[in-house]
Amino acid sequence: MTPQDFVPILITFLVVGGFAIISLIASHLLGPKRFSPVKQDTYECGVDYVGDSRKRFSVKFYLVAVLFLIFDLEVVFMYPWAVNFRELGLYGFWTMGVFLLILTIGLLYEWKKGALEWE
Amino acid sequence: MPDIVAYLIEKNLVTVGIFGVVLGVVALLTYGERKVAGWMQDRNGPNRAGPFGIFQVVADGVKFFAKEEFIPDRANKWLFVMAPTFTFIAAGTIMAVIPFGDRIVVGGREILLQIADVNIGVLYILAIGSLSVYGIIAGGWASNNKYSLMGGLRASSQMISYEIAMGLAIVALIMDHGSFSLRAIVLDQAGPIWNWSVFTHPIGFLIFYVAAFAEAGRIPFDLPEAENELVGGYHTEYSSMKFGLFMFGEYTHFTLASGIIATLYFGGWTIPWVMPPETPGILWGLLSFVVFWIKALFFVFVFMWVRWTLPRFRYDQLMGLGWKRMIPLGIFNIVLTGGLILAFEAWGIAEFTIGIFIAAIVLTGLLIVIFDALSPKETRATHVAGSEKV
Repeated sequence: MTPQDFVPILITFLVVGGFAIISLIASHLLGPKRFSPVKQDTYECGVDYVGDSRKRFSVKFYLVAVLFLIFDLEVVFMYPWAVNFRELGLYGFWTMGVFLLILTIGLLYEWKKGALEWE
Repeated sequence: MPDIVAYLIEKNLVTVGIFGVVLGVVALLTYGERKVAGWMQDRNGPNRAGPFGIFQVVADGVKFFAKEEFIPDRANKWLFVMAPTFTFIAAGTIMAVIPFGDRIVVGGREILLQIADVNIGVLYILAIGSLSVYGIIAGGWASNNKYSLMGGLRASSQMISYEIAMGLAIVALIMDHGSFSLRAIVLDQAGPIWNWSVFTHPIGFLIFYVAAFAEAGRIPFDLPEAENELVGGYHTEYSSMKFGLFMFGEYTHFTLASGIIATLYFGGWTIPWVMPPETPGILWGLLSFVVFWIKALFFVFVFMWVRWTLPRFRYDQLMGLGWKRMIPLGIFNIVLTGGLILAFEAWGIAEFTIGIFIAAIVLTGLLIVIFDALSPKETRATHVAGSEKV
């Protein structure tokens, strides 16, 4: 693999991004422009909006994000091991087994702590 | 130098060609989805524009461009415009590493029917695929609308939760094939039909497929867009082509997800029992391209089929399934796959895939029974009046 092999990915980004931007500009130019204060208002089922939506939301979403960071990092950590699994053999299997055991204990801990409950 | 110029021209043509095909398929799918819906519900579906309503695609396209696009006054302007673009780019660029077909040898020049055969293909898919979360959460937040905010939050939590399960399923697959290159994975599955990974990784396939539904935000995991609660979810405030990009992004996402499922678990462009030729001609290239799309479109059809079969989950059920079922199952699958690979290697049985299949099914059944015995019983909404047997 040389850096040259990744050039097509750059081309893909340019083609897809170009399509998205051109179609946005085209719809901006082609569509009608009939603004009115009511139309520009925030949609809340037709009645006047109540308060602002930049407010606090459930801490559960933060918790999921933090747990995701931990677990996803651990999954990413497994990839290099997975590619070389056959070469590493039994030793690699048991090493990762210990790691997975710790991971599972962590999952069980947060499960019992109620971090995965949505009420 | 002419070598590099020729290479760039070839890659540009292949990229534009594949993007054209993907976009065409996605446009037809917006029509196909309504036709399938009509068929499942014993009605006609779109049938006015052109023969069988096929020009509905064109009519929709024109409408996307000709509708008024506006930005709500209280929205965050830049993020509001960027969000759909970002989602679409993230969904569309996944196609860069998918092998849409075999190579073609024309006049001594070898052309791959794949934009880039990089050795980190699977990682690329995971990385780019999860980027579309940013577009959705940004769109939901920038709208400054409570429905949008809730939709965006739900979408992001759901997508990141199922991403772990998807990652774990792929780890088991990589352990078997020993490469991140999608082309290498496809070639590894060539030959008899039981070489397909679905027979060696049935649990991994199950996890990956469920996670693909959740990542694409399709029913039964479409809580980000639950109409009866959130109007339109994260795209409530969007109109015109800005909505169009969100919609195209979603369709592209699940079309390419079907392609990835076909590639990883169903042999990609290979035909069972047919080995790819040494010097493939144009005909073989076309054949492999068509075979890939037949497999991919079958899974697209299953996406639509499920949409009209299953009801939507409740949010706690959704997160429970992701964290308490899929992730433990994924970890178990890695250990099982590793153990079976080593055991079969030690016994010198390289091709005993059916055995793996049966062992996996039996052990999964056991695991599910144990899980159900351990987990607390459902307390809410189980006693609906008149349905005592629930």
